[in-house]
Amino acid sequence: MSHGLLVPLEYHTPGLEDFKFHGTFGVTWLDKPFWQVIISAVLVIGLWLWLSHSMKVVPGKRQVFAEYCYDFIRNTLARDIIGSGFRKWLPYLVALFSFILVNNWFGEFFIFMFPTFSHVGFVYGMALVSWVVYIAAGIRAHGPLKFFKNSILPPDVPPALWILIIPLEFLSNFITRPVTLALRLFVNMFAGHLIIMIFLVGGGYLLTYSGNPMYNVTGGLSIIFSFALFGLELFVGFLQAYVFTILSAQYVSTSIASEH
Amino acid sequence: MVPMLIGGSLNAIGYGIATLGPGIGVAMIFAAVINGTARQPEAKPAMMSTAFIGFAVVEALALFGFALAFIVS
Repeated sequence: MSHGLLVPLEYHTPGLEDFKFHGTFGVTWLDKPFWQVIISAVLVIGLWLWLSHSMKVVPGKRQVFAEYCYDFIRNTLARDIIGSGFRKWLPYLVALFSFILVNNWFGEFFIFMFPTFSHVGFVYGMALVSWVVYIAAGIRAHGPLKFFKNSILPPDVPPALWILIIPLEFLSNFITRPVTLALRLFVNMFAGHLIIMIFLVGGGYLLTYSGNPMYNVTGGLSIIFSFALFGLELFVGFLQAYVFTILSAQYVSTSIASEH
Repeated sequence: MVPMLIGGSLNAIGYGIATLGPGIGVAMIFAAVINGTARQPEAKPAMMSTAFIGFAVVEALALFGFALAFIVS
């Protein structure tokens, strides 16, 4: 059967088992995503330290780039959403955005080729940090009792509706928010990686299939099309980092808003 | 001569149908942004950040469907 030039590849449907990695140094949880998180933290800290040292009045190329990135986060994410008093939250938002962006783009970069946040545990951690931040912001702005009252009971609700509104607001503000924040990032990364794998594994199988040249043409087209999907994933990785940060800023802003 | 058999559950089809709602929702959000930008181009940045919050909230529904299609199998 196999008289072609190429040895046909084995086919397996990409699935959940492609997201599992072996541990290193004999420890099961020291796997690939774990090291990616460590590397990305070092990368982000090092990048911002390098970008921000020895700032000058007349900026060079490095400083222009740094100011452009910083201004993007400062103006569109922090100032427009939080409003006055946004400078206090700026370091957190800058760190959050760049950390998520680097981790998402690991999915398209050589050596790594795996988006860290397609493992849900890391994303739960990120959402937990944002959850603690916006609750702490509200408690610091209003005190625990007033903040809690504000967030479970909107103003001017008639008492007859309290039995309906209070559980709904509690659910929406303290449970649904962090869960949706986490699941949105996780599922986007997971689905994108899965789609790329399906195109590449299926395309590779069809390309090396012997006996029918049309299958090989289809496989080649599928692999070429996967480059477009890589481009789409670069955009989705940026968009999800942006959305995660903008929603964190939005939650902080609703916690510290005075009339709410 | 079937190179790849498609197996698995009907969850994938259910998820495909479920994406219609969030798809229409996202389309309406960005249609409104395009309309608004055409009427008042200088208001675009303000509309874009609001649109992305709305987009994220609507898109979460489609993503829940995706996660559930994997969990319930």
